Amino acid sequence: MKRQILATAAMVGLLLAACGDDDTTTSSDTTAAADTTIAATDTTTPTADTTGATGGDAKACAEGKTLKAGQLTIATGDPAFPPYVLDDAPESGEGFEAAVALAVAKELGFEGKVDWVRTSFDTAVAGSDSTNDFNLQQFTINDERKQVVSFSDPYYTANQAVLGYTDGPGKDVTKLSDLKSLRLGAAAGTTSLQFILDVIKPDAEPFAFNSNADAKTALDNKQIDAIITDLPTGLYISAVEIEGTKVFGQFPIDAGGAGDQWGLLLTKDNPLTECTNLAIANLTASGELATITDKWMGEWSDAPTLSKD
Amino acid sequence: MTNNDEGAGIMSAPSRVPGQSTRREEWLRRRRRKAIIIAVVSTVVTFGGLAWLITSSSGWPKVKTIFFNGERFKEDFPEILGYLWVDVKLFLQTAPFILMWGLVIALCRNTRNPVLFPLRAFAAVYTDFFRGVPIILTIYLVGFGIPKLGLLEGDFHFLGFGGNWTSPYLWGPIALVLAYSAYVAEVFRSGIEGVHESQRAGARSLGLSHSQTMRHVVLPQAARRVVPPLMNDLLSLQKDVALLSVLGIIEVFRRATSIKDLTGNFTPLVAAAVIFLALTIPETRLVDWYTNRQRRRTGGSQVV
Repeated sequence: MKRQILATAAMVGLLLAACGDDDTTTSSDTTAAADTTIAATDTTTPTADTTGATGGDAKACAEGKTLKAGQLTIATGDPAFPPYVLDDAPESGEGFEAAVALAVAKELGFEGKVDWVRTSFDTAVAGSDSTNDFNLQQFTINDERKQVVSFSDPYYTANQAVLGYTDGPGKDVTKLSDLKSLRLGAAAGTTSLQFILDVIKPDAEPFAFNSNADAKTALDNKQIDAIITDLPTGLYISAVEIEGTKVFGQFPIDAGGAGDQWGLLLTKDNPLTECTNLAIANLTASGELATITDKWMGEWSDAPTLSKD
Repeated sequence: MTNNDEGAGIMSAPSRVPGQSTRREEWLRRRRRKAIIIAVVSTVVTFGGLAWLITSSSGWPKVKTIFFNGERFKEDFPEILGYLWVDVKLFLQTAPFILMWGLVIALCRNTRNPVLFPLRAFAAVYTDFFRGVPIILTIYLVGFGIPKLGLLEGDFHFLGFGGNWTSPYLWGPIALVLAYSAYVAEVFRSGIEGVHESQRAGARSLGLSHSQTMRHVVLPQAARRVVPPLMNDLLSLQKDVALLSVLGIIEVFRRATSIKDLTGNFTPLVAAAVIFLALTIPETRLVDWYTNRQRRRTGGSQVV
């Protein structure tokens, strides 16, 4: 258990290190490069729930581009942890990233033909990992990493969330304006601080701490009522770091303050990249991705979406 | 002066006509003008050359975009300037307490009565401790540590001040008062000890008690001596309030670094530096002016 916490801490640390320099532009040009003639030959796709003619694209695209013919090899962290993978068992499809991975696999035509492998976060972002077709463990898309690996279009954009003690002053928050009367804190230099200043505009002076660790200290000391952070960090703090805290809710993306974007990580210039983009585009268009996100990052994590006004 | 003298004066013109300068004065003026011209030319050549060297170097465009980005400056400067009041307010809140508490510590250290030895010891340990510890450590220790005790909860109201008992706006300034008063106490102490022993002895021989001697003889003389070093300490206090940002207080420096973190550009920090300079340079000049005036008055040597 201790090892697990340490590994988790290391991963979240890496995630946080990636904050601030995330690149919001995504490789939409690869989607445009999709070969429409292939789509025409593949109208016999057996999946009934795919929407539109583009549904077949991903499947045809992926053919022959995987490591092992007819099998898709997906990597995740060791250990993988909730809410991204439940019980460290990604093959069950339980958990946000497990579900996303299986949905993408299905789009690519590998339903039931998925192998799972485990890799460390560091090896994967260093670009020296060729054991899998794609890897997902909350990889933030950024320019620096793009030098050595390729990313799919994002399957998740981190929302801002509010975190506090279960019995604290933030417990009754249901809408954004409820936060105005609270003493809020965030780590300096994050989108969360900008979100407080630009969107929430609290009545009392907000606080900007050197790190999330200092923000936690202040919350612990009751110097602030709640921390604004992105949802994944908030979930981690409440689950692992400060007992008795909880994420009271998350703000819809259109409230502003969008944080990190996560993408599937592939080896540099892997031809499968554009196929995963098609798959993600399809899942987005069909609403399946939103359903998965709501289920795991909202409902399961008990982080309801707060009303904007 | 007699009529004769006046007549002689007119006759011996042009050596001394009122309103007209002597040859020596003219020579001095010419020499001064020449010195000014040389200084101006030398300055223009030196700095012009340096500016040309710097701006024509290959790294300059990068330096310019990262540190002196005009667009970023225009956008960030007003935003950062909006937080200047936070720094000024923290300064105004702490400075009087630092002066008072510093004087108390200095007086404790100057007691002569053996009964009061504990006070002397306390003052010595106090100044040793707070002068020997980094201010940022004191701020962190007091600002996060004391509220952690959870002794005080809820709000307080005191002489127009008010807020939450755990607030960094309370403990941050307290930490600054604790740390800075140690320095100020040493300034006061050197001022007090700088008053010549004969003054003290003279006052005592007139029948004044120790405390009367302190109040009427020593402190008034010490006060005048300590003004320049005190102003120096207050000047650095004006900058050091930015250290309170470690407690989460958003002020000029913190706002600037936050923008820097989001944009990856250091121009907001340059803007913050400009704001601090606009505040401290006039203060520095005031201190210099006062120090010089003091020196002239007390007949000390002058540096022109």
